[in-house]
Amino acid sequence: MNELRLEEVSVRYSRSDGAHVRAVDAVSLRLSAGRVLGLVGETGCGKSSIGRVAAGIVAPTSGRVLADGRPLEALGRRGRRREDLPLQMVFQDPFASLNPRRRVAAQLGDGLAAAGVRADDRPARARALLARVGLEPDSAGRYPHEFSGGQRQRIAIARVLAARPSIVVADEPISALDASAQAQIAGLLRGLVAEEGVGMMFISHDLSVVRHVADEVAVMYLGRIVERAPVEELWAAPRHPYTRALIGAIPRADGRGVLPDALGGEVPDPAAPPAGCHFRPRCPDAFERCPRRPALAAVSPATEVACFLHHDEVDEPAADGRSMRARHARA
Amino acid sequence: MSALLEVRDLRVCLPAGGGQAAAVDGVSFAVDRGGVLGIAGESGSGKTMTGLALLGLTPPTARVTGSARLGDVELVGLSGRALRDLRGARLAMVFQDPLTSLHPMLTVERQLTEHVRHHERVPRRVARERAAELLDAVRIPDPRRALRAYPHQFSGGMRQRIAIAMALAGRPEVLIADEPTTALDVTVQAGILRLLDRLRREHGLAMIVVTHDLGVLSALADDVAVFYAGRIVERGAREQVLGAPRHPYTRGLLDALPEGGRGGMQPIGGSAPALGEVPSGCPFHPRCPYAEEACPREHPPLAPVDDGRALSCHVDPFADDRVPVARR
Repeated sequence: MNELRLEEVSVRYSRSDGAHVRAVDAVSLRLSAGRVLGLVGETGCGKSSIGRVAAGIVAPTSGRVLADGRPLEALGRRGRRREDLPLQMVFQDPFASLNPRRRVAAQLGDGLAAAGVRADDRPARARALLARVGLEPDSAGRYPHEFSGGQRQRIAIARVLAARPSIVVADEPISALDASAQAQIAGLLRGLVAEEGVGMMFISHDLSVVRHVADEVAVMYLGRIVERAPVEELWAAPRHPYTRALIGAIPRADGRGVLPDALGGEVPDPAAPPAGCHFRPRCPDAFERCPRRPALAAVSPATEVACFLHHDEVDEPAADGRSMRARHARA
Repeated sequence: MSALLEVRDLRVCLPAGGGQAAAVDGVSFAVDRGGVLGIAGESGSGKTMTGLALLGLTPPTARVTGSARLGDVELVGLSGRALRDLRGARLAMVFQDPLTSLHPMLTVERQLTEHVRHHERVPRRVARERAAELLDAVRIPDPRRALRAYPHQFSGGMRQRIAIAMALAGRPEVLIADEPTTALDVTVQAGILRLLDRLRREHGLAMIVVTHDLGVLSALADDVAVFYAGRIVERGAREQVLGAPRHPYTRGLLDALPEGGRGGMQPIGGSAPALGEVPSGCPFHPRCPYAEEACPREHPPLAPVDDGRALSCHVDPFADDRVPVARR
C-alpha cells in the first residue's frame, strides 16, 4: 500500500446520556509511504477517532477510507484478516497491546505467524526485530514487566513491525515516557519512516514533539481540521488562532521563568458544538463573521486554514448533513 | 532566617534482590515560604520517593533516615497521630492522576467539606462556604454548581484543579506536586502552572514540584535539584541549572526536550539504572559522553562550585560554557 486516503470521514455516536456526538466531522486526510502526518489537538478533539478509522479498527459513520484507491473494510467480528496487516497501530500505553503473561518472543511470534513467516524462521526474525528497535536480541525470553516504559514501547513497535505494515498509526506513542525515552522513541519512529518507507500518522497533543517527527501537520479542534501545513511552515508562521494558542502554551526550558500562555475556557461539549466557527468562544481574535462556519481553504500551495482572518470561504452544513461551500459576499 | 522546610541527608532504603537498596541516597535541600523547589529526574531517580518520604507515605518495607524539619517538627520518624495531624494541615500532596485523591462515587461537596471539617471544627454550613471558596481559588467556574457534581463530570484539567482545592483545604504551608500536569494537554497544563504560581505568590504557599519535564520547572521553580539514581547531581537557582547547566546529565535532559539544545530531541544513550543496580563511582558514568578515568571509581561529592550552585561531577565539562542551552 502506498497511500491511504480518508475522504469526508465522519464518526458519530450516541453517548450514554442519549446525546449525539459528532467526534469527527467530514475530515479528509492522506497518508503516503515514507511520510509522517502529524495530527494535533486537545483531548476530545477527535484525533484518536480518526486514528482508529485510519487503522481500520472502526468504520466511519460516513465518508470513505481508500487504500490505494480501493475501499477499506473495517474489522469485522472475526477480527483481523491477512489483508488488514498493512495497517498497524501503536498506542500510548504499550501494556494495552502487550500481554503481561507471555514472553516477548511469543508475542512477536504471533505477529510473524499472521504475516506468514514459517515457525522455524520466527525465532531468528524475532531477534532481528528486537535488534531493529534497539533492544538486546536476548530480550526475547523476558516478560513485558521486566522492561522500562521506553523499552516496552520498543517491544510494541517491534510487534507492529512483525506484520510488515505499510501504514502505522501511532496514537500518543511517547507522551507517557520520560524526556530522554521520548527522544529515543521519536527517533526510532522517524527512522522506520525514512528507512523502511512506512507511512505514518503521528497523533499527539504536543506540537513541539510533532514538529520533530512529522512532515506535514493537521491541527484538529472539536472534530474538524482547522489548519493543515508543512511542519516548518506551521511552526514558524501558524495561521489559525488555535494553532497559535497551542504553540504559546508550550513551556520553554530555558531557565528564564516565563509562564506559558494559557488558552482560556475549555473544549466545549462535542454534543453541542458552538455554531459557526467552533473555536469562536475561546478565540482571542473572534469578530463579526465568526458566527458562520469557515471552510478549510487553501491560502498557499501547501497550506489550508479554516479561519476568516485568512479568507472568506464559508462552509455551512446543509440540511442533509453534507457541507455546502460558498463564498461570503464581501461587505 | 532559616528555611521553612529543611531536608538533610534524607535516605530511603527499600528491599531489593535479597538486600537493601537506597531509592533515595542522601539528599539535602531547603524550601522557603512562597518558594518553589523543582525536583527533576527520570523514572526511578528517587524523586517521587523523596516526596512520599516527607509525608510518611513510603511503603511499609521502606526505611527512612536522615532529617526533614518543617519549622520545629522533625518529619522523619513521625508516626501515628502526629503524622495524621500534620498531613494536609501543614504538608499536602497532589498527584499526576487527580483521581488518586478524588472519590468517584461522592460529590465534590461531600469530599471537600469532609476535608475542611477534618482540619477545622466548623459547622457544615461554614464548611460548605469554605469549599465554594476553595473551588473559586482554583478558578473552577460556577463553584456552587460544581459542588453538586461528581468527579467524572469534569475534564482532566478541572479534576486536577479540584484535587488542588482538596489539598489546600487544611491550609498547608508546603504543597508537594508530583507530575501535576504530566497527564494534561499543553493548553490545560499552562492553566495549572499559572494557578500554582498564583497560589505561591498570593498565599505564600511553598511548593516542591516533582517532574521529568524541565519546561514545567523552567516556568515555575525558583531552585532546581536534578536527581539521578537516588542522588542530587546538580542543584541551584533555576537560571543557573536550566539556563546554563553544568552537569552532563542535566544537559542531556535539556537536549532531549523538543525545544532543547543541539536541535532538540537528542536522547541520552542507555537508560537509568534499576534499584539495586546502580553503577559504582558516579552513577551516570556509563551514559556520560564526558566520563574520564576517575568517574567509574569514585563518587563525586555534591559540592558548591564557583558560581554558587552545587555540582556532583569530576569532569565539569561545561565550567566555562556560559552560553544558554536553548540558544546554541
